[in-house]
Amino acid sequence: MVAKFKQIISLALLLPSIAIANVSEYRLDNGLKLIVKEDHRAPVVVSQVWYKVGSSYEHNGITGVSHMLEHMMFKGTENLAPNEFSQIIAANGGRENAFTGRDYTAYFQTLEKERLEVSFRLEAERMRKLVINDAELIKEQLVVAEERRMRTDDNPRALLREAFNATAFLNSPYHHPIIGWMSDINHYQGNDLRQWYQKWYAPNNATVVVVGDVIAKDVYSLAKQYFGFLKAEETAQLKPQIEVSQKGKRSIEVHAPAELPYLLMGWKVPVIKTVAEQAAWEPYTLDVLAGILDGGNSARFSRDLVRGSQIASVIGVGYGPFSRLADVFTISATPAQGVTINELQHAVISQIDLLKTELVSEEELKRIKAQVVASAVYERDSVFYQAMQIGMLETVGLDWRLSDEYLANIQSVTAEQIKEVVNKYFIDRTLTVAELIPESLHLEQAINSEGANDAL
Amino acid sequence: MLSRSLIAIIGCLMTLNIHANPKIEHWLTANGTRVYFTAAPELPMLDISIVFDAGSARDGEDLGSALMTNAILNEGAIGLNADQIAAKFEDVGARFSSSSQRDMALLSLRSLTDEDELKAALTMFKSVLVRPDFPQGAFERIKKQILIGFQAEKQSSAAIASRVFYSELYGNHPYASMSSGDEESVKQLTLKSLKAFYRQYYVSKNAVIVLVGAVNKQQAMGIAEQLVSELPEGQRAKPLEEVQPILKAVTKKIDHPTTQTHILMGQLGMSRGDADYYPLYVGNHILGGSGLVSRLNNEIREKRGLSYSVYSYYHPMQQLGPFQLGLQTKNSQADEALQVLKDTLRSFVNEGATEEELTAAKQNITGGFALRLDSNSKIAGYLTMIGFYGLPLDYLDVFKAHINDVTIEQIKDAYLRRINIDKMITVMVGGKK
Repeated sequence: MVAKFKQIISLALLLPSIAIANVSEYRLDNGLKLIVKEDHRAPVVVSQVWYKVGSSYEHNGITGVSHMLEHMMFKGTENLAPNEFSQIIAANGGRENAFTGRDYTAYFQTLEKERLEVSFRLEAERMRKLVINDAELIKEQLVVAEERRMRTDDNPRALLREAFNATAFLNSPYHHPIIGWMSDINHYQGNDLRQWYQKWYAPNNATVVVVGDVIAKDVYSLAKQYFGFLKAEETAQLKPQIEVSQKGKRSIEVHAPAELPYLLMGWKVPVIKTVAEQAAWEPYTLDVLAGILDGGNSARFSRDLVRGSQIASVIGVGYGPFSRLADVFTISATPAQGVTINELQHAVISQIDLLKTELVSEEELKRIKAQVVASAVYERDSVFYQAMQIGMLETVGLDWRLSDEYLANIQSVTAEQIKEVVNKYFIDRTLTVAELIPESLHLEQAINSEGANDAL
Repeated sequence: MLSRSLIAIIGCLMTLNIHANPKIEHWLTANGTRVYFTAAPELPMLDISIVFDAGSARDGEDLGSALMTNAILNEGAIGLNADQIAAKFEDVGARFSSSSQRDMALLSLRSLTDEDELKAALTMFKSVLVRPDFPQGAFERIKKQILIGFQAEKQSSAAIASRVFYSELYGNHPYASMSSGDEESVKQLTLKSLKAFYRQYYVSKNAVIVLVGAVNKQQAMGIAEQLVSELPEGQRAKPLEEVQPILKAVTKKIDHPTTQTHILMGQLGMSRGDADYYPLYVGNHILGGSGLVSRLNNEIREKRGLSYSVYSYYHPMQQLGPFQLGLQTKNSQADEALQVLKDTLRSFVNEGATEEELTAAKQNITGGFALRLDSNSKIAGYLTMIGFYGLPLDYLDVFKAHINDVTIEQIKDAYLRRINIDKMITVMVGGKK
């Protein structure tokens, strides 16, 4: 639940009407949630179906099964041949795809506005009538294995990140990669997929988000027509899997063929969904902190570490307050020429230490807030992004209205609060550090023998 | 400031004609800069870009100078350093970016249109454009960063393949090098050569300004005029030399310690405004340009599970851009995948498309046309292309009709004339089986 506190609500009223949320929400009798945002700028519509399932719902041995199932959703239903879904969307001028995250799996089409019906008809079909054919599955496993090789196995930084997550998270399902471990990918059985589908793909576990040049009540009628008759399902209850508290710094090294070293540091932090009510301000403060460090070319990392001391060649921050489970606040960096990973790490820590003792200036704070206010306008240039925001918030168990409150919550963050969260969360005890150690790109022996293990 | 009810009224008026293609206004500034403008009053923001014919094709001997010139502009101007410049933009929520490719060098700004914010952002934007300081310290740092970029390239099969592909495809033509240049050339670049590059190419007659956003034509004219008023007129860059035809097939295999082999295959494609543009474009859509439903996807991924991604595309440029096919597969399957890729291309070139495929492609391209223009940033992208390459102002209005006119005979004829399957450039980067 989102904690709302009074001063934030009153602040929201004072803000310029940037986010005039022209949004309607409906729930069908079978539990399906429909959220429509009218945006009449262009004669297009984006339709997204979000399921509450993703890699953080998985257990060891079947990691990546949500992503595998996402691939199989294009491979035929009771009434559609493999790939026919895509052919129909294409013939209607549509663009489509799908994505799987830790906390969600989502399918989308962008269409000329008159053709929303095509999306609903096909999505309703595959919501309940998917057919997992074993021969199709075997072929698609090969494709997913190639996807993993491309994204992770041959990408030293992605390999490091994967190892980092598996170190930072012990029992939280954020431990394992979204795409799954290769050994799991190679050993899915048809029934693993069928059971996963049965368990999570139902109207009462889905949110349909429509943004575009449509009339909300017409979309509602259309949704009732196509999704209304689908049967609700008893979906599985998730175990909480709360990450055990970290009791000491963890450090790892990954050796991989590479030219450049790379550093990844992460501290355990709360997110909106997991934070206690009296600390509801913390995730917003962490978000502003991310901006202070890395919010544009004037932010501290660019100013002090890339340009000033020239310790880092590239450096960035990763924090998103909108996940389902507690997360890490990461800093990743490539050292400048001649700088060691150790020196880089010290420079990062000095930046953090500075924030523990000195308040950020009003000027910096104002700048970050100005950027957030402007972003809220710029984001509305994309119907797709607007739908993403709504779908993601709903699916991780927050409320889409949060995207309106978000701005107000950011506005109320103070310099004192930033100092407080840095002191509270940026401690060695909950830190994980991962270092990429470049291995010669000419040592082919090692990698080739490793590659052989991947074979089915 | 407008009252809210007035905004609402304007909003209603807009919906009446919003569904036509964007209305493009075009004019010249007093000193000869071509301006392209589309009003988009719905959101209180403005996108503005200034594009110069100053990409890496203009590098001459100094490979990498175009990119570095472009990158150094916001590192110092009117006595302000990079920190101060960045803060000026970000204080008002504006986003500045710069980029440089083979043909174009761009400076872009996205800003809110509240009077104070817009004014502050435009003032800084103009200073970066017309009064850059070329600081020595920033020059040394950017150089180091580009050199680190080359190291990063060496750990990516895709980047290695791309560099070799362009080099083989273009030989001695300026398109042969990557925009970043190479290690040797970048080490030798001097601040003096960047300044000379700037003086020659960042001039008003060599520029196109694109504006999309919540300003009216009068305001747009004022903004454009003001932006370039202090730029010297200079000369428009001369047309680039023509690309020499490929004389024979080339295959390059490069060992790299990865589990997959990246394969790039291709040939010279087409230029912007090419007479064969529509048949080649629609043909490629069928062959490998339509994602999950293309022929290549069907053969490589759907039928055989050989690759996660497989594609073909044309990248039309001032002179002939590349026509490129690509995929990545585990090393042991590389030869098989290459064979399927070749066979699929060969049968497409020799036999052409079917009526069914053509109909499906037309339905997809024309039926989805509105999606190409559904945001200010996409419209700005089209204006940039139309303006920079001098395409007709009605390009978007007649696009669908041109697509619908394409016949299977035209596709077959164009592919037979343009793609010689026996003279392909092929690059494979990966590990041993």
